[in-house]
Amino acid sequence: MYSKRIDGREFDELRKIEAKVGVVESADGSAMFRIGDTIAIAAVRGPRDLHPKFMQNPKRGTLRCNYNMMSFSVDERIRPGPSRRSREISLVTENALMPAVDLSDFPNSVVDVFVEIVQADAGTRCAGICAASLALADAGIPMRDMVCAISVGKVGDKILVDLNKYEEDYEEGSSDMPVAMMPRRNEISLLQLDGEIKKDEIVKALELAKKSCEKILEIQRKVLMEKYKHG
Amino acid sequence: MGLIIKEKEFVIPGDVIAEGIDYLPAGGVFREKDKIIAEQIGIVNIDNRLIKLIPLTGVYKPKPGDVVIGQVVNISFNGWSVDIGFSNLALLSVRDATSEFIERKSDLSRYFDFDDYIVAKISNVGKGNLIDLTMKGHGLEKLHNGRVIDVSPSKVPRIIGKQGSMINTLKTLSNCMVQVGQNGKVWISGENSERLIEAIRLIERESHIPGLTEKIERLLGSSGGEQ
Repeated sequence: MYSKRIDGREFDELRKIEAKVGVVESADGSAMFRIGDTIAIAAVRGPRDLHPKFMQNPKRGTLRCNYNMMSFSVDERIRPGPSRRSREISLVTENALMPAVDLSDFPNSVVDVFVEIVQADAGTRCAGICAASLALADAGIPMRDMVCAISVGKVGDKILVDLNKYEEDYEEGSSDMPVAMMPRRNEISLLQLDGEIKKDEIVKALELAKKSCEKILEIQRKVLMEKYKHG
Repeated sequence: MGLIIKEKEFVIPGDVIAEGIDYLPAGGVFREKDKIIAEQIGIVNIDNRLIKLIPLTGVYKPKPGDVVIGQVVNISFNGWSVDIGFSNLALLSVRDATSEFIERKSDLSRYFDFDDYIVAKISNVGKGNLIDLTMKGHGLEKLHNGRVIDVSPSKVPRIIGKQGSMINTLKTLSNCMVQVGQNGKVWISGENSERLIEAIRLIERESHIPGLTEKIERLLGSSGGEQ
């Protein structure tokens, strides 16, 4: 039984979200996205020339994502540099953003997205995708829709949203499902699952994810407005 | 049906601007089924039935007819490759470079050498982003001395002003030579360039605040008094 959440939240309540656009000066677009104690910084560079040349696509531009956890982002220092896990998350981030961006105007070029996790407390890939989406909009890359991501799951016997580290490692069993959505199109571009969950519970969890993604979109809209409204 | 977001409103990618087939999409927006949707951060602009977005951010997108400032990065046997601040290089062929007769196999660096800045016009943007430049036209030349600064391409219209009002103010008050490229590169030459750059940065920063011209006049006018 998981009757009350450890941090006192409601079961459908998100952690406190804070976001900021334009945090990396040297990048063409950048954003910071903080949800609870998870902080992600994304920087977008490009469209720019793609090398090695054989990777170029003359039909449309390429999206290239790189996810990296900083060595001090977790309690016990992790070895810096690429790992099996970061390669996987880079790939799913790329696939989550791909349907939202339209790079047909930039053949033979690449748009690079760098996601750095500064501090981790579960849900890093979701925070990374939210930050990347803001950074892409900031860079002025043509986009079909924004991308919002949140993790939902089952902790003990409860379906809840935005798991923190304690809930992810809950001893009586928990399952964690990161979801990325394009809210206007109502499409899911990332869906992973770690743990066990019943079919009807997935449907319930996805409903919860949809509602939460709409909340995140409002926050994304607000921060973009703050930077650009007067421009 | 009809407009959902009014003119001059702020939109982010994915916002539905209008529904139905009464409106046509132009730059910065696209049609998905019967909806017209923004694809960039910008301000909605409606011209009759045409919906356009004035982008507030983004890299330079080359259009035929744009006058740009570029840097020569490569010299090949039939022309020059020019960096105009876009992902692909632009090509300036010998034929379009000068009205002089250039003999075959002659040394092309005599005309434009590596790292030279030039003012050129985009004559054509082909498929796969092959950009052709031409130097035939009034004011299209190699730039000597001076310095080139980068500004956001979306602020270029503000630096030029209505019928060139702002740029003329800048030129007369600072006694500098200024050349603005549509790609967001500004070439400045003259003694008082520091003050002028300050003024340009002010335009970039406060392009939305009314009374900008007066502010610029005050900033540049005071420097004129010192001399």
